[in-house]
Amino acid sequence: MPQLIEELRAFIIENFLFGDESAPFAFTNEDSFQERGIVDSTGILELVCHLQEKYAIDIADDELIPDNLDSLARVAQFIERKRAGCGTVSNGH
Amino acid sequence: MCGIAGIVTADGNAIDRGHLASMIAMLQHRGPDDRGMHVDQGAGLAHARLSVVDLAGGRQPMSSPDGSASITFNGEIFNHHELREELVKTGHRFRTASDTEVILHLYQDHGAAAVDKLNGQWAFAIWNHRTRTLLLSRDGVGIRPLFYAVVDRRLLFASEIKALFCDPRVSRELDPCGLDNVFTFWTTLPPRTAFAAVRALPPGHSLSWHDGTTKTWQHRRPAATSAEPPIVGPQTPAALRAVLDDAIQIRMRADVPVGAYLSGGLDSSVVVALMKRHRTRLRTFSIVFDDAEFDESAHQRSVARALDTEHVELRCGAADINRVFPEVVWHAETPLLRTAPAPMFLLSRLTRDSGYKVVLTGEGADEMLGGYDIFKEAKIRRFSARFPASPRRASLVRRLYPYLPNLRRQPASYLQAFFHTTAEDLASPWFSHLPRWRLTSRLKLFFSSDMRAAVADYDGFAELAGTLPREYGDWHPFVQAQYLETAHLLPGYLLSSQGDRVAMAHGVECRHPFLDPHVMAFAAALPPALKMRVLNEKYLLKQAAVDLLPTSISRRAKQPYRAPEGQAFVTAAPSEEYVNDLLSNTQLKRDGIFRPEPVASLLRKFRQGKGLSVRDDMALVGILSTQLLVDRFINHFHTVTHATAH
Repeated sequence: MPQLIEELRAFIIENFLFGDESAPFAFTNEDSFQERGIVDSTGILELVCHLQEKYAIDIADDELIPDNLDSLARVAQFIERKRAGCGTVSNGH
Repeated sequence: MCGIAGIVTADGNAIDRGHLASMIAMLQHRGPDDRGMHVDQGAGLAHARLSVVDLAGGRQPMSSPDGSASITFNGEIFNHHELREELVKTGHRFRTASDTEVILHLYQDHGAAAVDKLNGQWAFAIWNHRTRTLLLSRDGVGIRPLFYAVVDRRLLFASEIKALFCDPRVSRELDPCGLDNVFTFWTTLPPRTAFAAVRALPPGHSLSWHDGTTKTWQHRRPAATSAEPPIVGPQTPAALRAVLDDAIQIRMRADVPVGAYLSGGLDSSVVVALMKRHRTRLRTFSIVFDDAEFDESAHQRSVARALDTEHVELRCGAADINRVFPEVVWHAETPLLRTAPAPMFLLSRLTRDSGYKVVLTGEGADEMLGGYDIFKEAKIRRFSARFPASPRRASLVRRLYPYLPNLRRQPASYLQAFFHTTAEDLASPWFSHLPRWRLTSRLKLFFSSDMRAAVADYDGFAELAGTLPREYGDWHPFVQAQYLETAHLLPGYLLSSQGDRVAMAHGVECRHPFLDPHVMAFAAALPPALKMRVLNEKYLLKQAAVDLLPTSISRRAKQPYRAPEGQAFVTAAPSEEYVNDLLSNTQLKRDGIFRPEPVASLLRKFRQGKGLSVRDDMALVGILSTQLLVDRFINHFHTVTHATAH
C-alpha cells in the first residue's frame, strides 16, 4: 500500500501540481482533492484513465464517486479492492 | 477613434517636442490618418487621428477660440448633435462639426463636470492654460483606455502604456501584484496595471493635475440598480427594443461607413437586425473557426441571409493564433489567460482591409441583461446549498455548459462536488465568482519563489473589497454578480484586450450599443427574473428579438465566444520558434517569474495531449503571454521613429 500511495502521489504531483509539492500545495494522503483544489472537475477523467491503464482495472461509471477517488488513501484503497476482486463503493449502494 | 498622449510638468519646464513626438508615434496604429501636437510652456498634448467625424475639420489637438483650453481626445460623443444645439442656444459659436469641439465648449461652461453630459466612449486630456491644470477623463464603462505615470514632477499620459515607456525614466518593471491580480481575476484591479510605474485611470474616473498634485474622483459608476420603477408588463420587450434602437441609431452616426461584428449569437444579431432597419446596405464581419468546437459560422450565415447583409468571413485556425499571439500581447500590454483576443486581432485587420473603420458590436448585453454562465452557475450553487440532497443538482450542472464536451462526460457525483458550497462561501461578497477565481488562483503554483515572496503579503481580495460601492452588500446576489462582471472583467479584459486594443491595432473603432447609458439604466431597473428566468439567460432580450431574427437565433442558448487555447501553441504547425524560446528552461530562469520545472511538466502534458483541462489551458496561455510581455516590454523594448510627427 505505501508504494501504491507513493506512485499515485507522484502522478498527482506531476500532472496536477506540475512537480510542486511544497507549501501551499503540499497535501496529505487523506486530503480531499476537490476541496484542496488539487484535481479539478475535468481532471478526474484524467485520473481515471491513468488508473485503468496503469493498474489494468476497469472502472464502472457508478464507481466514479468521491468516496473512491477523492484522496490518495481512497484511491489506493479503491485500487486494492479492485485488484482483490472485492466489491467497491458505488453510487446508490 | 484615436491615440492620445501628453506631458505636463509641475515646474513649467519646456516640453521636449521630440520626446512627445516619439510618444505619439508609438500610437500610430490607433490613428493612422493624421498626427498633431500642441506644446505650451509646461504642457504638451499629442494626437494620432483616426478620422471618423468631421473628416476635414476635426484635427487635434484643438484649442478653444479664446485660447484658454486645449484638448486631445480619443473617442466618440454620440449625443454631440444634441449638445451642440443646446450650446448654440446659449451663445456658443462653433468652428467645426466635430464632437471634440463640443467637449471644449462644455468644459468652458461646466469645467470637469462637463463629462456628466456626455453619452459616449472617451478618454481625453484638457489643458487649461489659465489655471495651468490638466484634466484627464475616461468614460463610465471604460471603453477607451488611458494610462499615466508620474516621474520627477512630470505627469505623462497616453492611450497605451508603450507610449509612456518612451521616457526612460518610466520604469518598465512588472508589478508582481498586478500579475497576482491577472492570475486571480483575469485582469488587474485599476489603477493597478501589469507595470509597477504605470497607473490606469479607472473607468468612470477623472483626474486633475495641478502644480504636481494629483486628484482622482469617480464621475460615473456602472448602473447596477435604479431608483426608477421598472417597466414590467407586456410592453417591456418593446420598451427595451426602443431604447436599444436609439442607442444603435446614434452609434451609426459617422462620416465613414459603419459595419458590424456578427458572432452568430443573440446580442450581435439583434444589433445587426436593428441596424438593418436604418440602412439598406450593411456589411457584417465574422470569425469562422477551423475547429467545429468553436465555430459558429452556420448561425452567422443564417443571420446574414435572413437580414440580407454583405457578409465577410475571416477563417481562423490554431496556427493563425500561434502566429499572431506576440503582436496581440504587444497590443494588450497585459498577461492574457485566453487566446480569444487573437482572432479578434485578425478580424479587425480584415475589417480595415475591407475599408471599414467603425463597427457596432453586441458587447455588454451579457453583463446588462443577464447572459453569462457565471450567473447561472451561482444560481445552481445557491440551489445546491439550500437543497443539498436534491437529485436535480447534477442535471442542472449538465445544463450549464452544453458546449463543453469534457464537462458533460463527468460523473454526476463529481459535478455535484464541483458545486459543493459551504456556509462561508455563501457569505462571501463575491460568491458568484469564487469558483472562477479559485480555479485561476491555482495557476500561481507556477510562480517562482521570488514572485511568491513578492506577493506574500499582498491580498488582492482586500484590494477588490475596497473598490466595492458602499451599498453593494444590500444588492440582490444577481445584481452583485452583474456588477463584478461590469466593473472588472468587462473593462479589464473584454473591452480592452479583446476589444479596443486588438481593434485599434488596425485602426478599427468598436461601438457598443448595449453599453449606452440609457440602455444600462433601463437594464438596471429590471428585476433579475426578466434577465434570467430560472436558467433561461437574457430572457427579456429574447422576447424583444422574437420578430427580428430567425427563431433558431432568437431562441438559441448562449455559446460563449471561445478559440483554440493551449494546444494552439504546442501542436499547431508550423510550430512558432518563440514558444520554445520563451518557455525554455534558460529563459524562464533568466526572467524569474515562473519556475522552469513545472512549466516543462505542463508542456509535456500538452505534447501528450491527454486529460487537458481548462486550468491547463489558462496556465499555458498565461505563462506564454507573460513571457511575451517581458520579452517585448523589458528585454527587447524599442521605440519607433517620430520623424513623421509635426
